[in-house]
Amino acid sequence: MSAVPNPGREDPLLSVRDLHKAFVRRAGLLSPAVRVAAVNGVAFDLPAAKTLALVGESGSGKSTTARLVLRLLAADRGTVLFGGIDWMGLAPRDLNARRREMGVVFQDPATSLDPRMSVEDIVGEPLVIHRLGSRVERRERVARLLSSVGLPASARSKGPHEFSGGQRQRIAIARALATEPRLVVLDEPVSALDVSVRAQVLNLLLDLQRDTPSRPAYLFIGHDLSVVRWVADRTAVMYLGRIVEEGPTEALFSRPRHPYTALLIASQPRRHPGEERATPRAPGEPPSPAAPPSGCPFHPRCPVARAVCSQEVPALLPDPAGAERSTACHAPLGN
Amino acid sequence: MSARPVPAASSLLSVRALTIAVPGPTGEQATVVDGVSFDVAPGEIVALVGESGCGKSLTGLALLDLVPPPVRIASGDVLFEGRDVRGLSPREKERLRGGGVGLVFQEPGSALDPVRTIGSELVGVLRRHRGLARREAREEAVRWLSRVALPDPERQMHALPQAMSGGMRQRAMLALALAGGPRLLVADEPTTALDVTIQAQILSLLLELRRELALAILLVTHDLGVVAEAADRALVMYAGEIVESASVPDLFDRPAHPYTRGLLASRPAAGEAGGGRRLPALAGTVPEPGLRPRGCAFEPRCPEAFGRCRAARPTLLPAGGASEAACFLADVPAKASR
Repeated sequence: MSAVPNPGREDPLLSVRDLHKAFVRRAGLLSPAVRVAAVNGVAFDLPAAKTLALVGESGSGKSTTARLVLRLLAADRGTVLFGGIDWMGLAPRDLNARRREMGVVFQDPATSLDPRMSVEDIVGEPLVIHRLGSRVERRERVARLLSSVGLPASARSKGPHEFSGGQRQRIAIARALATEPRLVVLDEPVSALDVSVRAQVLNLLLDLQRDTPSRPAYLFIGHDLSVVRWVADRTAVMYLGRIVEEGPTEALFSRPRHPYTALLIASQPRRHPGEERATPRAPGEPPSPAAPPSGCPFHPRCPVARAVCSQEVPALLPDPAGAERSTACHAPLGN
Repeated sequence: MSARPVPAASSLLSVRALTIAVPGPTGEQATVVDGVSFDVAPGEIVALVGESGCGKSLTGLALLDLVPPPVRIASGDVLFEGRDVRGLSPREKERLRGGGVGLVFQEPGSALDPVRTIGSELVGVLRRHRGLARREAREEAVRWLSRVALPDPERQMHALPQAMSGGMRQRAMLALALAGGPRLLVADEPTTALDVTIQAQILSLLLELRRELALAILLVTHDLGVVAEAADRALVMYAGEIVESASVPDLFDRPAHPYTRGLLASRPAAGEAGGGRRLPALAGTVPEPGLRPRGCAFEPRCPEAFGRCRAARPTLLPAGGASEAACFLADVPAKASR
């Protein structure tokens, strides 16, 4: 059973426990089927109106976790409490009625927006699906949404292909917020954007969280640590399907406890050429999720691994010093 | 119109007034690279940095006369070791690609033949460009795979590209691009598709290879972090033009063009949580090719623009030290930027 990351705090908006998902994959037509544990006992809490980031490299399971929470994928097991409701237990009918409480923005707005629809229909569609408001009210709501994401009123009759990448992401954000969700899942929302546009969209997300009456919480999936550090209140670091460290963003970045978190931070390109820094010595690559190592998934690359690390999977345990942090490591840094 | 100074005597590569055009929907030509000039010295790493659509990748391809039709080089010269690349015969061009100038892309999978083993590709390159016999070529191929730190190189000789991870494919691609003994490597977003821990490995491999082989590298990238990490000099492109040319320390310490300053400022601060604070963002977006303003292309987004910027287009002007910037304010000491 996974540890409860942060006991004793007020009820979170989203509470995930012991989440599991495996896929069956074949390398080729004649290769044997392999079971790949994409998400392996993930647990975290997200308080209302806050931002939790899930960070990790490809194959870490961060995007699969997001899809499980959204129920775009069915979990093998685990519980998700959303606003106190057993989200995984909802029957399809009830789920559809409640889907409006979760919005989602994907990485690439070029493929996630229907090119045959007008911007008005794209942004207003969730209102139609959930039968919210009259036709006139919906038109007004779409106009307010477009203005809140910084698009001109003239955008409504155009198609998404008439916009730049950054503007398309604004359209996707307007659509995600249409039904006033309490949670918005942001799956790499700025990764496909250019640097100058990325700052605009991050600012928009920060403004909307503060200024939208429903004060949405964000589950922010990302791989760029500087972006995550800027936007997230809490951060969970994933490696090979597991959360290896979770805590308040600033504490986690300034004093990483898990050697993998430390490696991720050290691997960031330096921000200034004059920055003196030891080159990270990170031998090898993350192992295939189809053939995970025994014990701690990070031990083959870990500079401080001990014998126990190849034998026992470390549990995600609260930091003995408190500070609302948890680490899954037999020999955490700073001890 | 830009003058055409003679290439610097020490330069390996000289690009002069390179202009690349794309036919628009109604047949008119839109200029996507506009009068770009720069040099690369032997052993130097020069970053060509800019956002999507700025013309950096087309500039890289033009060095090998590989601009994909209907895009075409409208004018300008590309001199590699003093020879005009565009004037070479097809056979000489073939020899240049891989022999004089190596090329790696963002997604190495797309540049590798999916049904050929890495070993067979490498042996082919070594026989073609280095004239090695089959047996020597095979031994040399294994050495190259080991040189780019592919684990178990003997076994990787028989690997197909799709059986490798992205990081391993990029290592194999580097071996292929370098085995022919080029003096210049054009690396177009070589780490953009890779995870950050693998990116760090590949960048340090590039620096090692440069040191050992005295290799010059033109590093085409959108990522200022990659520039800070690996380049000696940077050329910042905006809307088809070089707007700033500077040593990497100068670029970060005293950026001379308002666009460079905006790009640097819009990165989340290092080692800092936002705590709900907004980032200083550049307003607006890059102008479409063919819809560029008459004056400075950056003027509509520029916080420092004044009347002259709308009327005339600035060329690269001295901006203190060895820096140059295409800005009428280039020689005016900039406001504190960091």
